[in-house]
Amino acid sequence: MHGYEFYVDPSRCIGCQSCVQACAECETHRGTSMINFDFIDRRGTTATAAYVCWHCEEPTCAMVCPADAIKKGEDGIVQSSLKPRCIGCSNCVLACPFGIPKIFPEYEQMMKCDMCYDRTSIGKRPMCATVCPSQALAYVRPEEIAERREKPTNIFYFGNQKIVTLVHMMVPAEKNAVSLDVLDYMWEESYDVFSQPQ
Amino acid sequence: MAKPPASTEVLTERFGPHPAYTPPGGWQDESRNPAERLVKTHCCFCGQQCGIQLKVRGNQVIGFEPWEEFPFNEGKLCPKGVKRYMQGGHPDRLLDPLMRTADGFRKATWDEALDFTTNRLREIQEKYGKDSVAVYGGASLISEKSYLLGKFARVALGTRHIDYNGRLCMVSAGVAYKLAFGVDRSPLPWSDIAKAHVVLVAGANVAECAPITTDYLWRCRDAGGKLIIVDPRMTPISRNADMYLPVRPGTDLALYMGLLHVILRDGLERRDFIAACTTGFEQVAESVRAWDPRTAAEKTGVPPESIERAARLFAKAERGVVLHARGVEHQSKGVENCLALINLCLATGNIGREGAGCAMITGQGNGQGGREHGQKCDQLPGQRSISDPEARAHTAKIWGISPDEIPQAGYSAVEIMEAIHRGEIKALLSACFNPLVSLPDANFTREALEGLEYFGVVDFFLSETAHHADVVFPGSLQEEEEGIGCTTEGRVIHIQKAVDPPGNAKADSFVYIELAKRLGKERYFPYNSTREIYDELREASRGGHADYYGITYEKIDNNMGVFWPCPSLDHPGTPRLFEDGRSFHADGKHHFVVTEWRESGDPISADYPIYLTTGRVVSQYLSGTQTRRIGGLLDQYPNPKVEIHPRLAEQYGIKDGDWVTVTSRRSEITLQAMVVKTIRPDTVFIPYHWPGRRSANRLTHRTLDPRSKIPEFKVSACKIKKANAAPEWALSSADAIGTSRSKG
Repeated sequence: MHGYEFYVDPSRCIGCQSCVQACAECETHRGTSMINFDFIDRRGTTATAAYVCWHCEEPTCAMVCPADAIKKGEDGIVQSSLKPRCIGCSNCVLACPFGIPKIFPEYEQMMKCDMCYDRTSIGKRPMCATVCPSQALAYVRPEEIAERREKPTNIFYFGNQKIVTLVHMMVPAEKNAVSLDVLDYMWEESYDVFSQPQ
Repeated sequence: MAKPPASTEVLTERFGPHPAYTPPGGWQDESRNPAERLVKTHCCFCGQQCGIQLKVRGNQVIGFEPWEEFPFNEGKLCPKGVKRYMQGGHPDRLLDPLMRTADGFRKATWDEALDFTTNRLREIQEKYGKDSVAVYGGASLISEKSYLLGKFARVALGTRHIDYNGRLCMVSAGVAYKLAFGVDRSPLPWSDIAKAHVVLVAGANVAECAPITTDYLWRCRDAGGKLIIVDPRMTPISRNADMYLPVRPGTDLALYMGLLHVILRDGLERRDFIAACTTGFEQVAESVRAWDPRTAAEKTGVPPESIERAARLFAKAERGVVLHARGVEHQSKGVENCLALINLCLATGNIGREGAGCAMITGQGNGQGGREHGQKCDQLPGQRSISDPEARAHTAKIWGISPDEIPQAGYSAVEIMEAIHRGEIKALLSACFNPLVSLPDANFTREALEGLEYFGVVDFFLSETAHHADVVFPGSLQEEEEGIGCTTEGRVIHIQKAVDPPGNAKADSFVYIELAKRLGKERYFPYNSTREIYDELREASRGGHADYYGITYEKIDNNMGVFWPCPSLDHPGTPRLFEDGRSFHADGKHHFVVTEWRESGDPISADYPIYLTTGRVVSQYLSGTQTRRIGGLLDQYPNPKVEIHPRLAEQYGIKDGDWVTVTSRRSEITLQAMVVKTIRPDTVFIPYHWPGRRSANRLTHRTLDPRSKIPEFKVSACKIKKANAAPEWALSSADAIGTSRSKG
């Protein structure tokens, strides 16, 4: 990606939705935003999170697609479903551990973030990360991200599934991976194949 | 009589706001007809004035591209900036002059509208005197237009009453900075924020009102800096703060005097700096003696331990920055609040050096530039005082008139509306201002507008205020006239003209020049372009504090902006003020100024036991007359809601989404509840961007700060009760137009 990497840091997100608005301005899917944006729990907190597709090395969405409609390019970008192949079955929507793909009934197709392919393939930065006022979404060189408090990881554990992604998550400096399963943190747990992401 | 000639429903049906969702030609049009050029200019919203490139095809702005080389924002934009380009081709755009009829507005020719206006203004001034006509300007106008408007009011109309909507913005800070430093500008470039070791953010919802500033705060934190956030609401930036101080609305002054008390009690002040560079320290030290942490805590609701800790955190840092905005400024003691923050910086030697100082986050588009060159009721170009004989002589010479012909200071924005209400001012010419939504006590504003004998409006959309107009001149968007602005940093920037005004709309400056001509003052307004106006502005500002003489359009382009003062063509500009240890006062000292506690103008009582505070949301700008027309922005937050803490909500049996009637001593409105733990339980919050029965300003009051004349938007008293049914507005198409989420 011309020396740039994509980093996501929800702790910096201010919920402005500039990414959502700017994504819809991108040439390839004009008018439709591919950002996954959430108010985590507005009653309790102003915390928000904006995500792009994580572009997995071994994309679960592609693995479960019965129509072989989801392709990963040589650049590591996992693309939206191929329109002629997609049957709109939602397997990918259900299987993605990050909850990224969406079915757009008006297009009868799964579409998702393609890392602003039209921009990044020619060395430009993606719309969302360029405009993001708080740089919760950042598309920068690794040496620039090294100046931050948090550090990047691209290893995620979902139970027994280890996922390595193209996009990085910023995590506390002492962490090396993100695990969402309590088992990974338990002393008496003997599963050691993928355990102890620390 | 200036009552609207038709119902709100009828006028809204014809003139909007209608939410637009697609760019000119539709989403797919650009692939067939790509943009022909990119124009490097600036966002039209907010005082940060981010760099942006507009995509232009023919005479139409069709999209945007980030401008990553512009150093302030490096391509970053908030959602308003992303969607700003949707205004030019908007279906609500005014394309012809309008004149009031018995049942609405009809299209008119420019000659007809201008002649009618000239005659009415003449008749009214002959009958009631020069000062019976007032002019309203706007802080979103480029500086050339605000300069022109100031000159137009004083030279062409000869009235002393001109003021602008910046009066609702940061004027308290402006007065405080003039008192302390002798000049009204944030003394530091924003890059200093990222270099600070501690930043105190006082009454500034940075995430929503100045989103790009967030990254400066986060970078400060990355480098190990500490953040202290003071706000009655836990705004998005609060959740990463090292300290969050939940101040009770209207009590900020007590908190800052409490902080200074601790600093002085513990001997943490910078004696050497105080002795060398300041005056008035002893009096201020005396004035905070009574404000021990316990006393300050009782007033503010902030724990005494937090006051102790915050004071030490700030004073012990080698580099401290204070950022403040409307939260402290929109109070009847707004000037005192700002002075108390400045006193903190002076006592700790945080001024005039890298990574240190205090700064106001100016809110409106050209909020800084728009107040420097003459549309403020008490100022002449270059931030000169209108009562200073030397300033009057200087300006009169440039204008080619005698100093006696320049009227004295007039009324401020709210005072003008009050003078209209009592019949003293009979005619109003208003540009770039929507007072019906943005002034406090909206019912009073409506009554005042109804009594005008002539009301002319210059605008690109028909605002709610313009419903009352006799004549509406279709003016220009920011991207339709070349000029300059000044950002919150004090950086003077170049606004490029991207397109011509569409249809029969004209550049705003045309309106004032033509009116001046018809008023027989042509020789004072000989301009063929805004560049010529700017060259005169440069001369007029020369030698003043806001000295622009050395700043040309080309110099701005070559340097990505130039910070004023810039007194000569070879001067590089002044990003950081006071680096030589001297203020702009004649004695060269920074002045400590004593602040005195007093209660707000609308105190809570047994009948009105809850604080009401108003503010903004990230997707809307000011009175919403621009942003309520952009579908994507409207969908983000379609209607105002009342933020209520679960504890308060429970007391009144209110659940999230219930309709709640909020009543103040002025009026009542009914909105949906948003039950959140991110607000103090003695306070409710309502954003103010909406008109009519959704207008938070129906509830607010007209108490002004005695020096800055800013209204107290941030503190009113109210009561709440659960409403049994949805209010009428939620069922009526005119008001609820933004609630439709259907695209197209």
